[in-house]
Amino acid sequence: MQRRRSLRPYAVYGVIALFLAIFLVVPVAEVILVAFQDAHTGAVTVVNFQDFFANGLFRESFFNSLYVACVSVVIASAFALPLAYFTSRFNFSGSVLIQTLSFIPLLMPPFIGAIAMQLLLGANGSVNLLLRQHFGFTIPFMEGLNGVILVDSIHYFPFILINLAASLANIDRSMEEAAQSLGSSGLRLFRRIVFPLSMPGFVAGASLVFVKVFDDLGTPLLLNVTKLLPVQAYLRVTSIGITDPMGYVISCILVAFSVFAMWVAFLGMRGKDYATVQRGGGGLAKRNLGPMESAACYAVVLLILVIVLAPHAWLLLLSFATVWSFSVLPSAYTFAHYHSAFTTAIGFILNTVLYAGLAALIDVLIGTAIAYLGQRTEIRFRKWLDHVASAALAIPGVVIGIGYLRAFNSVEMPFSDQSMATWWGVLVVALSVRRLPYALRSCVAGLQQIPVSLEEASQNLGATSFRTILRIVAPLMSGALAAAFVTSFATAAVELSATLMLVSRDADAPISYGIYLFMQTVSGRGSGAALGIIAVLIVGIATFVSHRLLAGARSRVA
Amino acid sequence: MTIIRENWRRVLAAAAAAAGMLLTAATASAAGNDLVIVTSFAPDQTKVFKDAFQKEHPDVNLNIINKGTAEGVKYLQETASNNKTDLFWVSSPDAFEVLKDAKLLEKYKPAAMGDAKSISGFPIDDPDGYFHGFALSGYGFMWNTRYLDSYKLPVPQTWDDLTKPIYFKHLGISSPSRSGTTHLEVETILQGEGWNKGWATVKRMAGNAAQISSRSFGVPEGVDSGEFGIGIVIDYFGFTSKAAGFPVEFHYPPGTTLVPATIGVVANAPNPNAAHAFVDFVLSPAGQKLLFNPKVMRLPVNESVYKDAPAGIPNPFAGQIKASVHFNSDLSQGRYNVVNSLYDVMITYRFSELQAAVKAIDDAQAALDKKPNPEAAKLLDEARSLAFGVPISDHEAGDHAFNAIFTVKHKKATDKATGRQAEVEKDWDAKTVANYAKAVELAGKAKSMP
Repeated sequence: MQRRRSLRPYAVYGVIALFLAIFLVVPVAEVILVAFQDAHTGAVTVVNFQDFFANGLFRESFFNSLYVACVSVVIASAFALPLAYFTSRFNFSGSVLIQTLSFIPLLMPPFIGAIAMQLLLGANGSVNLLLRQHFGFTIPFMEGLNGVILVDSIHYFPFILINLAASLANIDRSMEEAAQSLGSSGLRLFRRIVFPLSMPGFVAGASLVFVKVFDDLGTPLLLNVTKLLPVQAYLRVTSIGITDPMGYVISCILVAFSVFAMWVAFLGMRGKDYATVQRGGGGLAKRNLGPMESAACYAVVLLILVIVLAPHAWLLLLSFATVWSFSVLPSAYTFAHYHSAFTTAIGFILNTVLYAGLAALIDVLIGTAIAYLGQRTEIRFRKWLDHVASAALAIPGVVIGIGYLRAFNSVEMPFSDQSMATWWGVLVVALSVRRLPYALRSCVAGLQQIPVSLEEASQNLGATSFRTILRIVAPLMSGALAAAFVTSFATAAVELSATLMLVSRDADAPISYGIYLFMQTVSGRGSGAALGIIAVLIVGIATFVSHRLLAGARSRVA
Repeated sequence: MTIIRENWRRVLAAAAAAAGMLLTAATASAAGNDLVIVTSFAPDQTKVFKDAFQKEHPDVNLNIINKGTAEGVKYLQETASNNKTDLFWVSSPDAFEVLKDAKLLEKYKPAAMGDAKSISGFPIDDPDGYFHGFALSGYGFMWNTRYLDSYKLPVPQTWDDLTKPIYFKHLGISSPSRSGTTHLEVETILQGEGWNKGWATVKRMAGNAAQISSRSFGVPEGVDSGEFGIGIVIDYFGFTSKAAGFPVEFHYPPGTTLVPATIGVVANAPNPNAAHAFVDFVLSPAGQKLLFNPKVMRLPVNESVYKDAPAGIPNPFAGQIKASVHFNSDLSQGRYNVVNSLYDVMITYRFSELQAAVKAIDDAQAALDKKPNPEAAKLLDEARSLAFGVPISDHEAGDHAFNAIFTVKHKKATDKATGRQAEVEKDWDAKTVANYAKAVELAGKAKSMP
């Protein structure tokens, strides 16, 4: 059909392009420029890259980063696949609860996730203390790269789960019924119908996990694993100085490689039409389980939940502990940490809800717009918005932080004596830019599953494209949009690296910064843990509520 | 569909509400008599001073920005063109030397000062008046008593004890590039034992570590929780942990040093009056006594307040700390970046290789102790000198031209560096890795000798 020409998509394109240019491209470009400069003369050179590749340490770091990211994707998939499949495929009481619970690991603020894991599985953690006491040996769960892989796969597997679950919920039941009426069932049905149709969600999730682990800084830093690229970049930039070119070279390589990984995922998905035309009630037919099957499924689900939630249990213990030193469990318990968290840290909590909420709102709006422009319009360079926004994923938070300081420090904010770089609004923008790729992937996957024919029908009936988006696309995408909002909100709420660079006074600081501060003091570990538990609760409740709203909306649409 | 439209309206309403909150928050943050302090001290500690200061000056609105020492220096340099910070307040005087060099500090003569002018050869205040000592820091180690009991380890007494094989994988240490206090500790050992012997001690000690922490606080945290048994730390980490009830002890070994922790007014401070008031407050007897708070536990510079000291706080002015090393800050500053870089290249980044070399040497020595063999002992000595050596001499490390490679900004345009830091480090790294591998090989040979 002939689309009506309109300028509106171009205007939207322009606004988003400007936003990305100012808040992502320019600051990062300032940083990348340094990588190609001679540190002393300022002349353009590639000598810094030669230094990088000549250095055995950097090459080793690169392969370690790659190894950690790949293994983490495999382990994270092992956690996510059974949870997503069982809860979408079978009549399973507590599906919503299970999905909400298994989303929680994502909400673990980076610093304390690793602390809790050390307490539980470290060389002298609870498990190894017990082993040593009773059997005389220990297991190096957390030694070197193992620790990073373990913490990161537990931390990031919900990315796969949430995207995969959304995909599974969007598979048209009629496809499955058609296959069944043609005699397919069991594994064959899964392999030929369910699995291929849920691929967009899985690939979206897996590529997120890969890139996220590839440029994760907090976990290896806390576990003191230094032979990884992001850590090398961070250590160079913060300890030698932001004038040292190697940090910028590493940033460039991180960016390049992450964009490459996203591109490979994108190539894998290209040319495949995953949209299913009719939305026959949505989701797979749920099957009842026999008592034995049911018991087996529950056993698997419970086992996974125990593993992924154990760090939270230990965090909870820490938040009630007075002194916890070289013992399986704390010596004594107290409520004092919650008292101090609520009295001294209420500002952190309110700031977090405000910042993360605004950032997530911005992300959902921009993410939907970019997905729509990319898939439904003929604008030239339309894919570039997607690529540029996704590239934010590959920019270490510290680099964003330094870039912002460089680009915006001399800009004064009106009505206050603060500079723009340290104004809290810029922190919201930084958070939204950092989390936009997550929201974007959900939006793109969501839109990919909606057939164009429905929109064409709407426009044929005279609706404007804006009206079509509002009345047809958005409601059909509501699941993906909610996923986008929650992912963005939850991860923004616990973001640390850019925050650390940009927060200029504690009155403006969000919860992750507060936890970081508390964790730097002897008596603050408990209060920091209490604050972490509060953060987890806030985001957990938000997730649960959005799941309920979503279920409600779905049943009303049906 | 109307229900869905209803939902979207709700979303819009929520967005409007959020925008409203944004506006109110923006107006509420309009500033008055603000005092902005950048510090590396924990909020626990700054809160003690903040509360007491605001009782005396209720009109001043005190804002604390918490940053690591090196990070704070960088922050001040980056924001110098549009400075919003009034005071810089950290433990390490080296950092202040860097800022003073960059003309980022302002002279001030505090109203109240202690009588003492220097401690173990180190001037307490900057002679030019750019920064002022408010407390003293000593270095040593803290240990977890439960941990040592469980692993049946003796309490170490000297730096040398920490190099013994029994402590393999039981220590925690940070890195000088990440922690200003660790830099002072490492310099103390290098100055106390001399360049080559000092590095051998540092490397041997680091080889006994369970981990090289990338944060200062990672070390006391690891000892508190029992992740490892012994940590090399600044004194107040040990004192505050003990005061908080953890089963830990702290000890100043012979060959330690005392160094002032300092505060300074930032150049072009937006609120110099409040900044001066705060410096005066910290140096006043009342402010000095706050250092005895169980959450702070530092050594005051004002000798007269020690009569109120709690149990466990020694008086350095009465000779209760044997600080035999007279810390030379010029020497330290002249090779600041080179020491940081050497440590990271040889220890932090090649930690597993160092551990392997230490393990191989210790195993071989244990075998030799049982069955002496002079030829094997010679091989082992060779392995030691490879594993615990340092690629450059102290003369080169202190060389001005060589140091220029490690600083990008030059004071004069004629200062020219021949070489790049990454290039130098690449060579050191290759040499270090080869030496560790060779040491493992030699030690293995020595062990297998009949």
